[in-house]
Order: sequence, then structure tokens, then C-alpha cells
Amino acid sequence: MTGPASRPPAAPFARTVWMVLRKDLTVEMRSGEIAYTTLVFAASCVLIFAFALVREGRAPEGGAAGILWIAILFASTLALGRAFERERQAETLRALLLAPVPRPAIYVGKLLGIVALVVATEAVLLPLVDFLFTARLFAHPFWLAGIVVTCTVGLASVGTLFAAMLVRARSRDMLLPVLLYPIVVPVIIAGVQGTAALLQPAFDAAVVRFWLLLLVTFDVVFVVLALWTFEAVMSD
Amino acid sequence: MPKWFTPAAILCGLMFIISPVLIARAPDEAAMGMVYKIYYYHMPSAWMFLLAPLVCGVSSAFFLARGRAEDDRRAWAAAELTVLFGALTLITGPLWARRAWGTWWVWDARLTSSLVGWMIGWAYLILRRYGGPGSDKLAAGVALFGAVNVPFIYISVNYWRTIHPPTTVVPKLRADMGVPLWFCVFAFLLLFILLMTMRLRLEHARTRLDAMYVALDE
Repeated sequence: MTGPASRPPAAPFARTVWMVLRKDLTVEMRSGEIAYTTLVFAASCVLIFAFALVREGRAPEGGAAGILWIAILFASTLALGRAFERERQAETLRALLLAPVPRPAIYVGKLLGIVALVVATEAVLLPLVDFLFTARLFAHPFWLAGIVVTCTVGLASVGTLFAAMLVRARSRDMLLPVLLYPIVVPVIIAGVQGTAALLQPAFDAAVVRFWLLLLVTFDVVFVVLALWTFEAVMSD
Repeated sequence: MPKWFTPAAILCGLMFIISPVLIARAPDEAAMGMVYKIYYYHMPSAWMFLLAPLVCGVSSAFFLARGRAEDDRRAWAAAELTVLFGALTLITGPLWARRAWGTWWVWDARLTSSLVGWMIGWAYLILRRYGGPGSDKLAAGVALFGAVNVPFIYISVNYWRTIHPPTTVVPKLRADMGVPLWFCVFAFLLLFILLMTMRLRLEHARTRLDAMYVALDE
């Protein structure tokens, strides 16, 4: 017998989110594959920029913010690709989608898992950039945390959607950055400008607040759009 | 082709022949002289560059909701027009900027968001070309994000400090400058509709041909 009446009752939204998130974190804690590779890759990026740009112990003005976000963007792309490649190899994404749970909850669970991974990478990357570029990133820690988290959510919201969509596509590794970067450029610009405003000798809270509000706006728009698109695109 | 296509194509051709005459007769601008006149082609192509991703995004939303192939075909055609009119906008803009601002390009909100919109158009087309089976739905997802960028491009000049003229310029234009501008806008709009119709017909014919090949094999 088929039809909605014969299906088991759908699990509540929050519980599904937690289960997907816990599954991703457990897999990652046991293997450490994405966390370590992403971290080493991001650190290598920052080191290359440091070798190329730091002259006589001084970094170019405003360079630290740009380099930080370029490294985070590249590292996130790597993490996104691998997170969904793992699901594809084991056919677990299909299993997740077949489960009687709300589809948007699967998306939110995956999104939170990616955000957790990227934030963990950032926790190491921020002191590294601070040290190599003598950038005084931690002068305003709460503002920095706000910018970093909102920018990461904006980046990961689009990234999670496209990485999930591309699981079945040909040449998915090449297509992910091609699709992702043009769409997240505004988020990265806001992140870079917000971080650069934090590094100014004369700190202006109004400027940082403006970029933070813009990032929150991007986050809301992107997450809402991604939730709707995920449901529609993953329906096959 | 529909019956109206040929007369409309002739009308569009005539409008593009007449438009340089109207533009030449329009008065020079006080500060920039005749250099500003590239604006008569820049702004209409920029408006079509805003219209195309909206058509693409709305068609894609319908495609995702209803799953009809004609919505997908319309979205694809609109994505190609996004890239075409985006190229026109991004070529004519810097030509004007070089004389008016003394530089080809500035990284302000309007120019950057326009470039981003153009790149999203390219991303859509690359996905359709190389994405393989199932890329239609994936591309529809990209198109939604492309459409969201359009209001941002439009309002960006009013919220960020920039040297690009704001959106309030057009309603304030004098009649002898406004008439050639609106003439060009309608010429570009007609061109947009004609290209869209041609592209949809081509895609429709291709679908029928594919169906015939399948029928032949069976």
C-alpha cells in the first residue's frame, strides 16, 4: 500500500536537524578527514600569501582581511565538495532523502555541520593571520565573532545547497566553485569590508554595524531561498 | 514563427536604423558634451540586463514548482540574453566611464553587482552545457540566486557612495533627451522579445527533433 496514510509519521524538524548534524559531526570526529585537510589547506594558502606579500615584517594595508576570506572561501569549497562526496560514495544522501523527515531539516542539519567545520578552521586561521600579518584582529572580539559567523553562514548556506545539488552532476568538482563564487561574492565582499573596518586604527562601530547588518540580510535571503530550492531540487 | 514576428523584426530593424539619427539630434549634456550619448544604448541594454535574470528566475521558480519543460526553455533563453545584454552593458559602461570619470572601471556597488550578475549568467550556461543529466533543475536553483541579485543591482546606487548616476536621473530628463532614450528602450525591448521568441522556437524544434529520433529508434 502506498500513499501518505501508510507512511510513518514524520520526525519533528528540530530532532531531524540534530540527528543529521550529530551524524556528520560523529563521522568527522572519528575520521577527522575534512577538518584536517581543510585546515592544512587554509593554512598553506595563508602562508603562501604571507611569503608573497609580507615585506620586512609589514603586510600591505588592508591585505589581511582579504587574505583571510580568500583562504576561508577556498577551504570551504574543499570541505563542501568532500562532505557531499562522502555522502555520494556511500549512497547515504539518497537514504537521507528517502527518510520520512522534512527535507528542509536535512538541509539545515547539513548546513550546521558545514558551518561547524568552517568555524573550527577559522578558529585556527584567525590567530595565524593575526600573527603573520600583524593585523590586530582580536582588538574587537565580539564584532569579529559577529562578522565571522554571519559571513560563514552566508557562504555555507549557498555552498551546502549547490554541493548537494551537484552530487549527481558530471564534473561536480569543477562546477562547484564556478556556481558558488559568483553568488557568494557579495557575502565575501561584505565580510572583507567588515573585517577591514575592524582593523582600522580609528575604529568606527557604525561602519562595522552596517556590514554586519548587510551580512545578516544576505544570510536571511540565502537561507530562505536555499530552503525552498533544496525541497524543489532534491525531489527526484 | 508566429505571424507577428516578421513585421516586428522589420520594425525593430527600422528602430535601430533611426535611433542613431535621434541620438545625434539630441542636445549635448552641459558637463560632458556629446560623450554622454553612449548612455542611449547603455541604459536600455542595462535594463534588459536586469529584465533577463528576472525572467530567468521567475521561469525557473515555475519550472521547479510545476516541472513544465517550456518554463525551463524560457529560463535558458533568458540566461543567454542575460549574458548578451550584460556584455553590451559592461562594454558600453566603461567606454562612457573612461571619458566621464577618467577610468575604465571602479569597484563600486553598482559595477561590482552587475559583474556578479553577468557571472551568474555564465555559471548558469556552463552548468547547462557541462552539468550532464539533471542540470536543468540545478540551473534553476542558480537562476533563483541570479534573480535575487537584480534588486540589489538596481538599488545599489542609491545606498552606496558611488560615482555612477543614481536611478533618479531618468524621470528628471528633459523631453528632447527623454524621447530618444525611451525610443531606444522600446527598440531594445523589442529586440529582447524577438531574440527570446527565436530562441524558444529553436529549443522547441530541437525537443521535437529529439523526440523524433527516439521514436525512430524504437
